[in-house]
Amino acid sequence: MDSMAEIKQTFFQECDDLLGELETGLIDMEGGDGDCETVAAIFRAVHSIKGGAGAFGLDKLVAFAHIFETTLDEVRADRLEATPEVLSVLLRSSDVLADLVRAAQNDEELGDDATAGLVEELSAFVGDKAGAADEAPAGGEDISFAPLGTAIDLDDAFGDLDDVEENQSFTIKFRPMPELYANANETVLLFRNLAQMGDVTVACDESQIPTLDEIDPEGAYLAWTIIVHTSHSKDELLEIFEFVEDDCTLEITSEEPSDDADEPELADDEALPVEEESPPAKADRAPDEAASGDDVASEDNVVSLVEKKEKPAAKEQASKEKDTSDATIRVNLGRIDRLVNLVGELVINQAMLTQGVIDAGLERGDSVEAGLEELKQLTREIQDSVMAIRAQPVKALFQRMSRIVREAARATEKSVHLVMEGEMTEVDKTVVERLADPLTHMIRNAVDHGLEKAETRIANGKPAEGTVSLTAAHRSGRVVIEVSDDGAGINRERVRNIAIEKGLISEEDKLSDSDIDNLLFMPGFSTVEKVSNLSGRGVGMDVVKRAIQAVGGRIMISSQPGKGSTFSISLPLTLAILDGMVVEVADQTLVVPLTAIVETLKPTPSDTHELGAGSKVISIRGEFIPVIDAGLTMGYRAEPADPLTGVVLSVETEDGARAAVIVDTIQDQRQVVIKSLEENYGHVDSVAAATILGDGRIALILDVDAIIAREGEALSFHENSLAATG
Amino acid sequence: MSETETKNHDEALELVAFCVGDQEYCVHIMSVREIRGWTKETSLPLTPPFVRGVINLRGSVVPVIDLASRLGLEQTKPSARHVIIIMQIGEQAVGLVVDAVSDILTILKEKIQPTPDVSSEAARGFVEGVLAMEERMINLLDLSTVLPRDTIEGIAA
Repeated sequence: MDSMAEIKQTFFQECDDLLGELETGLIDMEGGDGDCETVAAIFRAVHSIKGGAGAFGLDKLVAFAHIFETTLDEVRADRLEATPEVLSVLLRSSDVLADLVRAAQNDEELGDDATAGLVEELSAFVGDKAGAADEAPAGGEDISFAPLGTAIDLDDAFGDLDDVEENQSFTIKFRPMPELYANANETVLLFRNLAQMGDVTVACDESQIPTLDEIDPEGAYLAWTIIVHTSHSKDELLEIFEFVEDDCTLEITSEEPSDDADEPELADDEALPVEEESPPAKADRAPDEAASGDDVASEDNVVSLVEKKEKPAAKEQASKEKDTSDATIRVNLGRIDRLVNLVGELVINQAMLTQGVIDAGLERGDSVEAGLEELKQLTREIQDSVMAIRAQPVKALFQRMSRIVREAARATEKSVHLVMEGEMTEVDKTVVERLADPLTHMIRNAVDHGLEKAETRIANGKPAEGTVSLTAAHRSGRVVIEVSDDGAGINRERVRNIAIEKGLISEEDKLSDSDIDNLLFMPGFSTVEKVSNLSGRGVGMDVVKRAIQAVGGRIMISSQPGKGSTFSISLPLTLAILDGMVVEVADQTLVVPLTAIVETLKPTPSDTHELGAGSKVISIRGEFIPVIDAGLTMGYRAEPADPLTGVVLSVETEDGARAAVIVDTIQDQRQVVIKSLEENYGHVDSVAAATILGDGRIALILDVDAIIAREGEALSFHENSLAATG
Repeated sequence: MSETETKNHDEALELVAFCVGDQEYCVHIMSVREIRGWTKETSLPLTPPFVRGVINLRGSVVPVIDLASRLGLEQTKPSARHVIIIMQIGEQAVGLVVDAVSDILTILKEKIQPTPDVSSEAARGFVEGVLAMEERMINLLDLSTVLPRDTIEGIAA
């Protein structure tokens, strides 16, 4: 990758973050939480995207970002009220902006019609700007936004004023801070850019240069006064300084012959003693100066890009933001994956070492044993830390979903409100990524099939606006994500009829409510008669289910007629390591995930009962639980084992189904590294994954849910219904 | 295999030949990742009988196929003398249990004859072509058919 492409890559990564900020901000505003800082933040996001896009010559992106930015500026200046209509257009604009960024990233061209409509709508908001420009005091207020560290204080209205054909003179006072150089900016280049805009006279102020023995080689001691004679507007001059504005003190004043107020002020400025020590001192002065001029116009013409101390709170916040951004680094995912793999090997190696020590038959209390125990602790800590690096809040994913809701709502002409909860819940990055598609599908389903039309809702005494909620939470070592709607719920009668029609079940099948709900996950099932352009593109919930299973997750439905449906996805926290119980079944070593195990027990003869032909149940504290012989289910032995000779693991699935799994012996309880079987082979029923044991051999990780489900099918459910779908 | 197919017909092919029962098969040398001694596999439940199980190949889980059984011959009773040839089939690594590696051949591509019309459907499905070496007949194995179909499709889906 050449360096330009690399920089471009960074730009797109930043765009992702910025688009995220943009959307969060807009949603906050929609929810009524937006204050002027939120507006400033979203403005800044769009502005930064525009700036970067300009640098890479992404004209389309720049053009759209510009009109977007202009509209936001109107909102920022309180000239445009953020009504729901305006926000809806802004949100859609942010979607289009994201599309444009993506198109640029993939070197694709986006059709003009994608943007044209929005450009018109946005322009309509800005359209009566001419009228707004008359309200000069509004512009005065605008200045108060400057402390937020925003890019440009002058709004376009004033830009237009400045944009007169005849040449104007601007005096630019520019004092770089050391950070400017540290960030690899070069003042000469800035001046060169200025020179391209008109005649430039540059005067250097060397008075700050200390004596040689006091000089800091990385300090910044020079300041410049530049007089530009140009036909360009102040905004355009400001753009040159766009990337250095935080690292310098910059003042641009225009010398308009008609405006006398500026003259004395300028003279004042020049007359000021040059021994000011620090840039902030100068910054403090700026507002005073502005205030000293009675003329409002003069105030408007002085632009200070330095954070003013009048608003310490805002400044504090800004610096806090800066701190957090400084505290993070971007790391190539490949490196983290390598680290995760290495830690996985470390866990295996530590297990091997432990095995070796046991085999060597060292005495108890030996120092080796103590050291080994410490190693185990350390390994675990390293592993947790590495996993924490990979963990990501689901926020970014949820944000994408808000867009899906908007689009789906528009396509179906329903009014939908999305409620999000637990966005900061952290999940492994891979899991987050692989969740995007299934979640999109589920959200679309919720809007399209789940929610009723507004008329129906009103007729049923519900608010016209439907609610879709998206929540994430940690629950017993797993992450549970729920998508629920307050719609009509699953029409079980209809689902049943369709399933019969499609030959998935037969007329006589007696199905419980949850059995019927689960029919939705059968391949080839789709409740929509006509394919809507939204969901139902021939991809059913079975695909969603498979995608979720692929990341070790499970999906469940619960639905109440008239009240709505909830789909919950339960996911492992990480795809790399699992706490498991190592057991032996018919000379085979298996690992049972600890999360599934409720308790282990040795059954007594009075506990076990026969139920029908060959089926056994076990009573645990008065509750009868079906017995599953792991050896038999996995095909390791032909004859069922006697439950009394083995150990019973009482296991429970996510949806509460319980079973007693019989194994021969329990060997150990430890962390195991999950190795995919799919990578080189494919999915094996009843097996979740594989792992490598201390002796270097492979052990399979039991898929508890799958064996319980399989057992259940064999016992009660119609086997031919599955054969028909397969 | 298509990826190792040479554009130039005159170009020589390098093949690894091995014995399965009393038959000889070969594969393109480029699809062989390594050849290792037999190690005990961990058996996989609910899989076809020719899938012997999985082994640990430096941290990755690699399935091992009993080639004899796959070709419809008598099931191999593996011993320390047997070898596992680790093949790269597309994205997947797969081990084949064979009796012994017999030869490394360099032949011209046109030497490969089409598979004779034998009655054994199964055998024909796995053989891409045959070649004559001195008195021996060596079958060029079609690796893409070795893994059970559904697992390949399952991965593609």
